[in-house]
Amino acid sequence: MQNKLKNFFLNNWIGISVGLSLFILIFILPQFFVDNTSILMSIRGLIAGITVAYIIYKFIIFKKENPTFKPSESVLLVDIAGSLIAIVIGLLFGLILMLIVNPGQAFQGFSIIIIGGFNRGFKSFGDMIYFSVPLVLSGLSIAFAFKTGLFNIGATGQLTMGAFTAVFIGVKWGAIGELSPFLHWFVALFGAMIIGALWGAIPGFLKAYRNVNEVVTGIMLNYVAMYLNSLLIISYIYNRDYARALDIKDTAVTPLMNLQYLFPDSTSINGGIVVAVVVVIILHVILNKTTFGYELKAVGYNRDASKYAGMNAKRNIVYAMVISGASAGLAGGLMYLVAGKYLQPVNMLIPEGFTGIAISLLGLNTPFGTLIAGLFYGSLEQGGYYLQLLNFTPEIIDVIIAVIIYASALGLFLQKFVIRTLKKREMLVEQGLIDTEKEKQKNIEGSDK
Amino acid sequence: MSFADIIYFILPLVIASAVPLSLVALGGLFSERSGVVNIALEGIMIMGAFVGALTINYLELNTHLPIQLIAIIGLTIGAIIGVLFSLFHAFASINMKANQVISGTALNMFAPAFAIFTARIIFGTQRVPIENSYLMNIPILQDIPIIGDIFFKGAYISTFIGIIIFIIAVIVLYKTKQGLRLRSCGENPQAADSLGINIYKLRYVGVMVSGALAGMGGVIFVLSFSTNFNASVAGFGFLALAVLIFGNWNPKRIIMAALFFGFMRVISSTKAVIPFLNDLHLEDEIYLMLPYIATIIVLAFVSKNSAAPLAAGEPYDSGKR
Repeated sequence: MQNKLKNFFLNNWIGISVGLSLFILIFILPQFFVDNTSILMSIRGLIAGITVAYIIYKFIIFKKENPTFKPSESVLLVDIAGSLIAIVIGLLFGLILMLIVNPGQAFQGFSIIIIGGFNRGFKSFGDMIYFSVPLVLSGLSIAFAFKTGLFNIGATGQLTMGAFTAVFIGVKWGAIGELSPFLHWFVALFGAMIIGALWGAIPGFLKAYRNVNEVVTGIMLNYVAMYLNSLLIISYIYNRDYARALDIKDTAVTPLMNLQYLFPDSTSINGGIVVAVVVVIILHVILNKTTFGYELKAVGYNRDASKYAGMNAKRNIVYAMVISGASAGLAGGLMYLVAGKYLQPVNMLIPEGFTGIAISLLGLNTPFGTLIAGLFYGSLEQGGYYLQLLNFTPEIIDVIIAVIIYASALGLFLQKFVIRTLKKREMLVEQGLIDTEKEKQKNIEGSDK
Repeated sequence: MSFADIIYFILPLVIASAVPLSLVALGGLFSERSGVVNIALEGIMIMGAFVGALTINYLELNTHLPIQLIAIIGLTIGAIIGVLFSLFHAFASINMKANQVISGTALNMFAPAFAIFTARIIFGTQRVPIENSYLMNIPILQDIPIIGDIFFKGAYISTFIGIIIFIIAVIVLYKTKQGLRLRSCGENPQAADSLGINIYKLRYVGVMVSGALAGMGGVIFVLSFSTNFNASVAGFGFLALAVLIFGNWNPKRIIMAALFFGFMRVISSTKAVIPFLNDLHLEDEIYLMLPYIATIIVLAFVSKNSAAPLAAGEPYDSGKR
C-alpha cells in the first residue's frame, strides 16, 4: 500500500503540485490582498497561466507517447468535433433568427452572446460560474445514468425533491446552525443528496425489477415531484405573505469559500462550484478507475453480456440511478441554499433538469466534458442576460440550445462527416499534396504581412 | 348542490379536458405503433397552439368571419403546423437514426422558447390574447333532456371536431389495410419490410399524423381552457403520454384513461363546490398527482403483459433481418 502511494506521488508529482498550487492561489492567497487590485490581477493571471500551461504540457506528453496518432481514429476527438459542429449550427441558427427579427442589431447582439461570461469582466464571469453549478450537477446526473444505458429524464423531479429537502432543513433545523454554521449547510445539502438519490432509485428499481421504461417513469415522477413540492411547501414551510417558502437560516446559506475575493463584483458567486468540481472528480474516478464503474459501463454497453460475465446487472442499474439522483439532488440543494432565492408552490417544472440533458450531451456524457459544457451554457445564459440591453429577449438562448441538442441528436451523421473530412486531409498529407510544415510557415508569413 | 347539479356541472368540464388528452394520446399511439417514440408531443402541442392562437387572434381582429369558422381555421392551422414541426422529429429518428428521446427533448425545449421569443416580438408580451369565447349551443340537440344539457349546451365546436377526428383516426388505424401496415412497422419492421412495405414512408406517416393530432390538440386546449396562450399547455402533452401508457396503447382504454385523468384535473379545481369532496379537506395537488402515480403503479404491475409496440424506439436497421 505504502509503495503504491509512493509510486502514485512519484508518477503524478506534476499534476499534484499543479492542483495544490491552484488550490492555494484560488482559496487561500486572495484574502490577504483584498485592497490590492494589481496583486489580485496577477493571481488571476497565474491561475489562468498554470491551467493553460498544464493543458499544453499534457498535450505535448500525449504527442510524444503517441507518435502515430491519427485524428480520424480517435473516438474522443471525433466526438468533440461533432459537439463543436452542433454548437456552431445552433449559434448560426440564432444569428439567422436575430437577422430576421432585428437586422440592425443582430451582429452586435450575436457578439454579446459569444462573449457571454466576459461581458462585464469578473462580475459576469463569477455570475456565470454561479449559474452553471446546478447545470453541471444535473448534467452529471444525466451523463452518469447515460453511461449505464439509462436516460434519466427524471432529473428534474430529483432536483425538485432535493431542493425542497435542502430548504426544509435550512428553515427548520436551525439548532444545528447554532452548533456550527458549516455543519448546518452541509447537513442540508446532504439531505438534498439523499432524497434526490431515493427519488432516483424509484425508476431504477422499476427498470431493473419490473422492466418499466425509465423515461416514462421519470416523466411521471417529475410531475409527482412538482405537485408534491407545492403541497409540502404549503404544509410545512409556507410564507403566506409572499406566497413562497420561508427564508432559510443564515447558517444554511452556501458559504462563499473565499471566492468573493477573486470575483469581488459578482454578487452571486459562492462555494457551489467547489461542490460541483468535487462531484466531477468523484464521478470521473468511479467511472474510469474502479471495478464498479467498469461494471456500470459494461451494463450500459450490453446488459446481457455483462450478466453473462457474472455482473449483477439489476443491482448496477439501481446503483447508477441512485448516484444519478444524488447528483441531481445536490443540484437542487445548491440552487436554493442561497439567500434571496425561494421555492414557490407554482406547479412549474424546474427547467434546470432538462437543460442538464443538453449539457450532458454536449459534454459527451463524461464528467469533465459536462463541467466544460456547463460553464459554456452558463456563459450563453449570461450572454442572454446582457442581450436584453438590445431589443432581444433572452429566450433566444433557449432556442439556440434546443437547436444544439437537435443537432447533436444527429450525432452519428456529424461524426461520419468529421471522420470523412479528417481522413481526406490525412490522405492528402500522406500523398504529400499538403505539406503541413510549409502551410504553417505560409500562415505565419501571411500574418506578419 | 344536489347530485344531478354536480353531474351537470362537472361532466362538460371533464369532456372538455378529456378530448384534447385522448386526441393527443391517439397521436402518440400512431407514432408508437409505427415504431417511433414521440415524447415531443408537448412541444408539438405548444407549437400548434401557438400558431393556432396567432391565427385566431389575427382573424378576430382583422376579419368578420363567424367565430365558429375562425375556430375551425385555427384548428386546421394548428394541425398543419403540428405536421411540419413533427417532420423534424421524423427526420432525426427515421433518416438519421438518432436517439428518439433526445430529438423529442430538443423539440420540447424549442417550442416554448420559440413561442415566447416570437410572441414578445409581435405583442410585446409573451401572451397571445384570444378575444372571443368559443362556447356555443347547438340548435335542436340542446333541447334533448339531460343529454342536451350535458353535451350540447355551452359546448365547444372543437370538442365535436376532436371526437369526430378521433373516431376517423381509430377506424383508419384498425380497420384499413394501410393501418395494419403501419402497425406492423412498430411490431416487426424487418418482417414488414420483407413483404414489400416501405418502413421509412409509413413511419413518416405515423409521426406526421401524431403531429397533426397533437397540434390540433394544442389548439383545442387553448380554445377550451383559457383566454390567452401563454407559451404552455400545462403539461398536457406529457399527461397525454401518461394517458397513452395508462390506456395500454389501446384506443378504447385511452378514452377511459383520458376521462379518468380529465376527471382528476377537474375535481382538483372544483372540489370546493362539491360537498362530499370538500369535506375530505384534501389539497388540490393530491388530485393532480393521482393520475401520474396511478400510471406508475399500473406500469409496475402490468408491464409484463404490456401491449407496447415491440419495435418502438428502435431505429430501423434492415441488416437485422
